[in-house]
Order: sequence, then structure tokens, then C-alpha cells
Amino acid sequence: MTRRGDAETRRRGEKESGKVIERFFFSPRLRVAVSPRLSSSSLILALIVFFVLLYGVIYPNLHVLTASLESNGEWSFANFRDVLAQSTTFEAVISSLVLSLLTVLFCAAVGVSLAFLFERYTFPARGLFATLAALPLVLPPLVGTIAFIFLCGESGILARFVQWLFGLKSAPWTLRGWMALLLFHTYTMYPFFYVLTGAGLRRIDASLAEAARSLGAKSSQVLFRVVLPQLTPSLVAASLLTFMTSMASFSAPLLFGGNIRVLTLEIYNARQRGDAASALTLTVILAIVSLAALVVFQRFEGTRRFAAAAMKGSTKSRQPIKSGRARTLATICGVIFAILLALPVLTLVLISFAREGAWTTQALPTAYTFSNYARILTQADASSVFINSLLMSGLAALFALVWSFCVAAVVTRKRTRSSRLISLLVLIPWALPGTVVAVSIAEAYGQQNPLTGSFILVGTFWILPVIYFLRFMPLVVRAVQANIEQMDASLEEAAGSLGARGWMRFWRVRLPMVWPGAVAGTLLAFVIALGEYVASVIAFVPSNQPVSIRIAAEMRDFNVGTAAAYGVVLICLITIAMLVAGRLGKGDRG
Amino acid sequence: MPFLSLQNLSKCYGESLAVADLSLDISRREFFGLLGPSGCGKTTTLRMIAGLETPDTGRIEFDGRDITNLSPERRGFGMVFQNYALFPHLNVFENVAFGLRARKREKALIAERVRDALALVQLPGYERRPVTELSGGQQQRVAIARAIAIEPALLLFDEPLSNLDVALREETRGELRELVKKLGLTAIYVTHDQEEAFALCDRISVMSEGRVLQTGAPRDLYEHPAMTRVARFLGRNNLITARRLTSSDERAATFRTIEGEHTLTVTVERADLGPINKNCTLAIRPEHLIISKDSAPETENTLRALVREVNFAGATTTIRLDANGLLLEALLLSPNGYAAGDACTVLLPSNYISVLGAHE
Repeated sequence: MTRRGDAETRRRGEKESGKVIERFFFSPRLRVAVSPRLSSSSLILALIVFFVLLYGVIYPNLHVLTASLESNGEWSFANFRDVLAQSTTFEAVISSLVLSLLTVLFCAAVGVSLAFLFERYTFPARGLFATLAALPLVLPPLVGTIAFIFLCGESGILARFVQWLFGLKSAPWTLRGWMALLLFHTYTMYPFFYVLTGAGLRRIDASLAEAARSLGAKSSQVLFRVVLPQLTPSLVAASLLTFMTSMASFSAPLLFGGNIRVLTLEIYNARQRGDAASALTLTVILAIVSLAALVVFQRFEGTRRFAAAAMKGSTKSRQPIKSGRARTLATICGVIFAILLALPVLTLVLISFAREGAWTTQALPTAYTFSNYARILTQADASSVFINSLLMSGLAALFALVWSFCVAAVVTRKRTRSSRLISLLVLIPWALPGTVVAVSIAEAYGQQNPLTGSFILVGTFWILPVIYFLRFMPLVVRAVQANIEQMDASLEEAAGSLGARGWMRFWRVRLPMVWPGAVAGTLLAFVIALGEYVASVIAFVPSNQPVSIRIAAEMRDFNVGTAAAYGVVLICLITIAMLVAGRLGKGDRG
Repeated sequence: MPFLSLQNLSKCYGESLAVADLSLDISRREFFGLLGPSGCGKTTTLRMIAGLETPDTGRIEFDGRDITNLSPERRGFGMVFQNYALFPHLNVFENVAFGLRARKREKALIAERVRDALALVQLPGYERRPVTELSGGQQQRVAIARAIAIEPALLLFDEPLSNLDVALREETRGELRELVKKLGLTAIYVTHDQEEAFALCDRISVMSEGRVLQTGAPRDLYEHPAMTRVARFLGRNNLITARRLTSSDERAATFRTIEGEHTLTVTVERADLGPINKNCTLAIRPEHLIISKDSAPETENTLRALVREVNFAGATTTIRLDANGLLLEALLLSPNGYAAGDACTVLLPSNYISVLGAHE
């Protein structure tokens, strides 16, 4: 059966879906791939995976695709002809790609070095710096953008300070263009590399590096020939996440991209102009570019896979830095880095205490107050947004965790066409910009449709949890899959030979082994969903606003203090969530 | 009726054939070995018995039941993995108790059985230790305890000793056989180490390229290999290319060696001698050659030879001989004063010569 055949049969809808699944999963060619023996539970899992993908990914995206191919009620490529005729489209594609590739390179350089520094060595206050290094994670893009503007923007603290110092008439710089974008992207996205590389490093048997040293390899050879190749799954996953996030990045290009055209911005502009056809068409182009990148990454990942073998007397991986000078250097680097990382957040904290109207042309606000906090924490109307966000993100993250294990059970280690296809479908919502996911869901389920009938999702409480789930579940799936791939396959085989059925194998072996990585991934999803803005702004229900919407509203009204205070509380919530779950993960492992 | 019966099993991985039309019968309480070089399909065969791989074709019958498509957890076979596959997040007790918990046994019974199993592998009192802190030998014992704790119907070993040092390996080997016999278990043991297989197993199948070449008791295989490949794989052998001359006698056949043109008589034990006047390979173990210094009168299978080289190796001495162009190796318990250049006679006892089939 060809892939296109699959897509076509799927479109026929529910009636046929039973047969489709049967053919798709149980055709003799694929039978071995899914599971050597199909039990009723694996059938249920396969059905769950199929229906979630059908409702969440396949149908909404096909809906957008068909809409882009429709012009004046007829099928045609007219929309594409119009859009591709503009030179700006080509420019936007190139800019998006270059920006994303550069972002990956910058983030890899920063994130991987930090992971090595903090995972491989101990020095004074290592734990503190290691925690701080993940700080940008707790910074939602919208809040981060605002903090950056407060700090580095042309009317931000730094610019004002330099202006005052040298008595300049105008701001010494503008926060615009490639440098600004790359700076912001690196700052916000390097944690993908930092976190995933760190997790990978923790799993690598340190004796392999020792073996290489004993074979006469220099440290650089150990790094490039032994350690990095073993990290490939982590690095590829991190590159993929960074690339896709960068392709989907919207707030930063909007606020300080200057004249750089990127696809997300072009789509936004088209929508602003009211040119729905162009917007949809550009969306499809962006989707094609992103999906192509996805396929390239997947192919690359398939080439290298490792098991975390050796448990015989594995050595401790973290060594103290012995040389005094290197110790000092590492500590100084840590301090400088920590300050750089903390500055935007510190700025945000400072502004959150600013009395409204007390920060106009001065370097720092002139008057401070607690009233911003008092207001947002005591007034029911203001604090409800936090409860909304926590609830919706929590639901989305929880579903994502359960879902990831469903996917992992269906997509086995053996790479077959069906498992590749499922992996690809799972990643689609990540490859697509948040705006597009929100629009496609809103469009597909904002009216009567063949899948939900007269039930209309738009306008209900569930619209945002669904969108958050779709947007961020790929993160959890990737984390879970990467950890399962690194797990020694014979462990589950041993459990099987000892008589453990599917459930027991899952609870006693797979879950405990994969738990730390799964928790890390789920947390990441939860925390990102908590501050999500780009998709929320499309589909939120006024009675059920998330925090980010309120922050944007306060900014629009120039209530910078209140906006900053919301941001700070949000960051605190996120930090608490991370700490609590970090504990949980540790407790369960020991 | 055989206890375990493999019937025409085949398994492909993509293009390559791992196991090809393999059939085997294993009896109850037998310690059975699968011996062969790496990549010969022995581990795949074991994994199919365990249920970890599904054969492409063929049947597996256990105790009269077809278990070909039965999932591993329903087979009740214990398996000891090459890398032990101990659960790193569980301690020794929980590792050993794993299979019992899967069977939902009572707490008290689990505790008792775990204690017994650990005592059997000589690790009493190790219950609370994390497995990650044990030595390789101890991990190996825990893996065995885990497999026997479930009172397996069949015990499968996938090169379980290959990660241990030699002294420990030989020690464990003895204990392992004793343990399996004491518990009255049926065991299948995969290894590439001939000495290990010989020491442990009642019967052995020598495998190569996914096929069984020969099955038999260790001594049978050693003294009467049926094929050149088996003879080569199982220790040192004098392989002599020869042409068969007669078959007039029912109990003996005469061969003429290509090198040296000697006439050799071989006691016929098997009907398969190959066609007359075709080249085939004769095999005789170095330790079965009898050499002597006196140039005794020519009797059957006695050749004149020159000593080429004497290799003293402690317990044994290898002497390389040249019998008119036919190079032979003899293994003696002591050098007996032989030196290079000495003349001697060498006897090839006719009942120790195996005929390895005609050349293709």
C-alpha cells in the first residue's frame, strides 16, 4: 500500500477507519513491525494513536491544505501562483531557513558546552549555575521578549544608561535585525541543547571515555570520536526542536526583526491585510519547508543509535576540576554566564516594582511600589488567569505524557514504514508554527465537520488545552522515545522471559527506566504551555483567558509594571513547578 | 516424544538468512549446547526458543504443545542474557523476585524462594544490595538466580560466561552444571567456546551459517566429526586428503593419501564413506597418534617419519612430523627425548580415523 493510498483511505472517515487500521497495521508486511503478537491492548493503543492523529493532525491540516487549493469555489493553484510570483516569498523562505540554521549552530555551541561543563565537572556552586543555565526555559517567549525590550531595547535600561553616560542625544543602538534575532533566539532556545545533552551525558558510561583514553586518544579525540557520537540521538533531537522552534518563532521577528522577512511574519502580515488566501497558501509553503527539514532530520537520526549498555562497575562521570587556575576560570565563566542569563529576568523583576508612569525617559524607574503585585494577586479577576493557565497546561501536559507512552508502544524499535509515518505525523504540530496549529484547529472545528458533527470545539474550555496538547506533545514524545532508544533492549526481554506481561513490563521496567527523561520532557511541555501566547491569542475564550493574553493586554495599555509583575509571577509558578517535579523525578528513581 | 522439538525453523533479517531450516530435538533434563562461531545463528535460535523472535517458518513444540507463537512471558522459560540484563533500578532481591511477582506469588513464598535462589548461587545475604554495585561475577550469579527462581520449565543461557575472567569462568562453569543437574532442569546453552560446551553439555549441536552441522555427545563430536568444518572447529586435528580404494570388506576401507602416498585402513563405523576413487578428508586427533623410535616392522597404518619440530607446552608436547610429505601433528604427555631431525614411526589407529565425506 502506498503512502498516498493511506492518506486517501483515511480521509473517508470513521466508517472506513476500522478497515483502514486493519490494513494499515495488520497487513502481513507490517505485522512484525508493530508487535510480534497483537493482543487486545496493543490494538486499543493502535486505535488511540490513530484517532488522536486523525483528529488532531491529519484532518485539520488537510482542511488548511484544501482551503489553500480553493479559489473562488474551484480547485486551482491560483493562490500558489499569486504568492510565488512575489519575490518576497522566496526571500522569506531563505531568511527563515538561514535564521533557523544559524540558531541551531549558536544554540548547540552554547548549550552543549554548558552541558559538558556542568555534567562533567564539579566546582564551587556548580549546582546553582547548573540550575540557572536552564533559566531561559522558565521564560515564556512573550515574557522574554518584553524583558529583552526593557533591558536592551532602544528605550531600555542599557540603552538609556549608555545614553546618559555619554550624554548622547538619541539611543546608542536599536534592537533590530539579524544580530538581535539571533541573540534572542540563542538566549531562549539553547536550553534544548543544554537539557537534552545533559540527559544524554548522564546516561553515557564514563568508562567508554576512559577506555578511549587508555587507547591513547587525546581529550579532543575522546570528545569527537567517543562522546559526541554517543550523544547523536540527543543532539539530533535538540537540533530538531531548536530548528522547528526557530522556524515557528513569531514574537521576536515581529518585535525586533526589522526588515527581515520570515515566513511566520509574512503569514501574519497577510492575515492583517485580510488576505486569507495568501495567508493559508504561505502557511502551506511554510509547512512544506518545515516538513522537508523534519524528514532530513529523521533520516539522519536513523543512522546512529546506541544502547546504554555496560552497567558493570560504571564509574562516576563527574570529576572535580583539580587545577586551581581552571577551577577559578570555570567559576568565573559560571558567574559571568549566570549574570548574563539572569539580567533580563532581573530587569523584569525591577520593572514589576515600578509605579505605573514612573519610567519614561530615565535609565531606571524613579518610584517603586508593591501595588502591582497586590493587585494581580488579590483581585479575583486578575488572579483567575493563573488558575486558567495552570489548569489548561496541566491537562495538556498530562495527556501528552500518557500519549507519549501510547506512541512509544506502537512505534517499536524496528524502523518500519508505519512507525516512521506515525513519528512524522506526531511531529507535524511542532513543525508548524503555533499560529497555524491554532488556525487549523479553529477552522476545522469551528463549524460543523465530518469528524465531530455538530459539536463545535471553538468557544469551549477545551479548545486551548487541545491546542496546547497538540503543540507540545511532540516534545514529550521525543523525550520518551529518545530515552527508550537509549535503554538496553534486553531488559524488557528479560522481563518478558521472567513471565511479565505487557503491563508489568511497562510498570516495572520501562516506566522506571524512562521516568526521569519522561518527566523532564513533560515538564518542558507544561512550562512552555503555561506561557504560550502565539496560539492562545487566536483561539482563547474571553471567559477563560490564559496569563499571556492578560500580559499582552497590559502592555498594550502601557501598564508595564503590571505586565512585568504578571511575568514575574508566571516565572515563579514555572520555577516552582520545575522544582517540585524535579524532586518527584529524583524520588521515584531512587 | 522429545521434550523440546524445533522443526524446520528459518529466520531472515532483511536479506540475510540467520537460521535456515533448522531441526533439533532436546530431551527432558538434558544440558544441551549450541556451539558455533559468532554469527552462526545460535543466539537467534535461542531467542526463537525464548519467544523473543518469531520464526519466519517452522514450528517449536514444547512438551507436546505448539509454542511457536506463544509470547515469551507465557512460556515460563528462564533466560540468562549475555550482558545479564539486570534491572539497574531494582536491588538484588527485587531482581530475583521479579518473575515471582509477575506470577503473583505470596509475599512469604517470594522471600523464601529468593533466599533459596541466592543461596544456590552462593550469594546469601545480598538481597538489599543495588545490582549496579556488584562485580561482574556477582551480577552473573544474580542473573542465574533470577532465572532459576521462577522454576523454569527450560533454562536458556546466551553466552552467560563470556564476560567473566578465565578462572571465574571455569569455576562458575562447574557450579552451573552442578546446579542445573541438582535442580533437574533442562538447559540450552549457547556458546562459541568449545571447551565450555564440552565441559557443560550432555549433547551439542555444532552450528554454522544458520544450520546444524552435527549433533552429538561431546566425545562423539570430538572423536568422530562428520565434516571438515566440525573437525576444524573442535580443537586441533590432522586433516588428511585421501582417495578411497576399496570397499570389499564390510568393516574396513582402504584409502590412499595424496601427500606421501601412504595406504591407510579405516574402521568403518558409518555407512557413508563416499564414492570410490574420489578425494575425501580423513581426520585424526593429534593425541591419538602413537609414535615410537624403533623402526618396527611395517604393520597396518604405520608410517616412517621425520621429527620436524618439538613444542614443549608444560603438560603436553606437540611434535610435528613429516611422513614422506604428509605433515602430521602428534600430542604427547612428555617430550620423551625426541628432537628435530630424529627418525621414527607413527601409527594411526584405524578406529580413531574419521572419514569426513567426499570433496565437493
